[in-house]
Amino acid sequence: MAVGIGTELEAGGAPAPGVVPAGAAGGRRRALRLPRSPKILAGLGLLTFFVLLSIIGPFVAPYSPDQIFANSPVPLPPSAAHWLGTTNLQQDVFSQLLAGGGDMLLVSFLAGVLATALSVVVGVTAGYLGGWADELLSMLANIFLVMPALPLLVILFGFLGKTGSNDLFLVGLIISVTGWAWGARVLRAQTLSMRNRDYIDSARIIGERRWRIIFTEILPNLTPIVASSFLFTVLYAVGTYTAMAFLGLVNPDWNWGGMLFYAQGANAELTGYWWWFIPPGLAVALLGTSLVMLNFGIDEFINPRLRAAGLTRRAEGRGRSGSGRPGGQRPARVRRVRRSQQFALTPVIRTMGRAPAAVGSGSEVLP
Amino acid sequence: MRMIARRLFFYLVTAAVAISLDFLIPRLIPGNPVDAILSRMQGVTVTPAIIHSLDLQFGVGTNASLWSQYTHYWNNVLHGNLGVSSGNAFAPVTEVIRAALPYTLGLVGLATVISFLAGTAVGALVAWKRGSWLDNLLPAVTFFQAAPYFFLAFLAIDVFAITLGWFPSGLAHQSFDFPAWNWTYISDLLDHAVLPALTIVVASAAGWIVGMRNVMLTTMDEDYVLIAAAKGLRKSRVIWYAARNAILPSVSGFALAIGFIVSGSLLTEIVFSYPGLGTLLLQAVSNNDYELMQGLFLIITFAVLAANLIADFVYVFLDPRTRQEA
Repeated sequence: MAVGIGTELEAGGAPAPGVVPAGAAGGRRRALRLPRSPKILAGLGLLTFFVLLSIIGPFVAPYSPDQIFANSPVPLPPSAAHWLGTTNLQQDVFSQLLAGGGDMLLVSFLAGVLATALSVVVGVTAGYLGGWADELLSMLANIFLVMPALPLLVILFGFLGKTGSNDLFLVGLIISVTGWAWGARVLRAQTLSMRNRDYIDSARIIGERRWRIIFTEILPNLTPIVASSFLFTVLYAVGTYTAMAFLGLVNPDWNWGGMLFYAQGANAELTGYWWWFIPPGLAVALLGTSLVMLNFGIDEFINPRLRAAGLTRRAEGRGRSGSGRPGGQRPARVRRVRRSQQFALTPVIRTMGRAPAAVGSGSEVLP
Repeated sequence: MRMIARRLFFYLVTAAVAISLDFLIPRLIPGNPVDAILSRMQGVTVTPAIIHSLDLQFGVGTNASLWSQYTHYWNNVLHGNLGVSSGNAFAPVTEVIRAALPYTLGLVGLATVISFLAGTAVGALVAWKRGSWLDNLLPAVTFFQAAPYFFLAFLAIDVFAITLGWFPSGLAHQSFDFPAWNWTYISDLLDHAVLPALTIVVASAAGWIVGMRNVMLTTMDEDYVLIAAAKGLRKSRVIWYAARNAILPSVSGFALAIGFIVSGSLLTEIVFSYPGLGTLLLQAVSNNDYELMQGLFLIITFAVLAANLIADFVYVFLDPRTRQEA
């Protein structure tokens, strides 16, 4: 059963209408077709770069991040010996940068997984059950959404003490507690809209059990939204972990927020030691950019109208120098509609014990 | 007005949850909160008196039941008693916060409003001119959406305050005592607010731009926009009709965004040494001033709830459908 769910999740993500996948292998192949948009490709490339950097960074770093070099009262600018200069303690900035990604990525992905799991449980339960359960769970999610995370995290990490705040798993867990609500809200809304569709009704009439409907009928169709909320939470965790290290609440040795913590402590921005604070800040920003770009790609996948801009540009680029008159958009509009159907979310209808069959959203066919 | 009443009820519940969390977190986190606090105090001689006062504060080794501690705590909060700030010569937390609150309200409030207005306007424009050079803004927007606020603050200081010398690099005004409300003082205040406000606007506008663009792209396909264009209305008027409808999700999404913006803005204040709540938060962290941290959490939450209520009123004003049921 567990294997079946896995393949269905992939199949639910990207099937084209009119093509019935032959089985699990077909679903897998189709899922691989997703990364075609330039945004997704660029985001994936950048993210892969940072993941690799974080894994091999500590091994290829020229020095240990803690190693203290020649005695100089001020940070030294970039040189052949220190590619990105040194800190005020004469530590190598480049080595700190290479060492600083691992813990952060680990914590962020952990927080992303935990928060996404929580948001799926809460969001889908609330959306599917409705009634009082929905009221309560929605209120819980909204409370966590409205409450500003930063001061709450400050208290949590403050009372956790030094040893607790250095425990990466605990840090990830706490960040996920403050970051799950957004995903839960979006998933609840989507589940709510799905609950009353015909194919769910028919599953209910057939007599499928509730958890089975949730796992095999609803969840597969939520895949793009789950993915998007996962990326969003990872982005949130990257920012939060950096902020907590910047405040000195989690161990700053070594991550990019911690480098900024030390740079701020030494007034690097006031004295023009740009080589000290720009590399870690830029690294966080670019890592975040890769996640946002991936998210944009998925957004365009969910809502094909957003992709219209790129298509229009291509269409107009051939004709004229795109001044963007409303009139100029009409031909592209026709194209857009045609494309959008190809990418529409398709419900996966699964007959008992047989391979999943994807059916076009416009024409739900009962098994 | 039923919607406002419902929202008001929700905000009251949220405030109650925040107050309860403030009480429960030190008591629920595994281990002894006093030990955790002491683990962060390095270079401070810990006297038995300090330990005793911390024990009392967080209910360690007390005979009172959790419930009676809880009601006692509520009583204190409702009377405006949030304890004393050990980092500020044991002044009441409420007074310490009251001194810093106007700076944050002024800076963050103004910057948020500017960013919302500018961001939605740019977002509407980018959507309207889709396929034009304006689409090239989006990668830059993506970058600013992802960059930490405080990193942008570092850059702003380095470029505009140090290299170019256009604006002061920190603090809210030159003199430390509060002078009269004359023009010299006000212009000094504005001069110091420009860079932090700019940082917040640039960092937070990205979200509004993307949100508005996405809704506007959908709205532009609506029939009434097509008809407005077909009737030969001026283009600015057609954009206005579409934008008026497209802005609604941005207003209702305000609740989602304001928490992030406030968090980022507080960190921005720290980089600029702006004497608001963010700088106070850092001070509380570095002084291990736990009562100040807890007080700040409550006050910041209340401020965010108030901002949400204002957004709700704006929404009811903008969208007649919410008024119909009344």
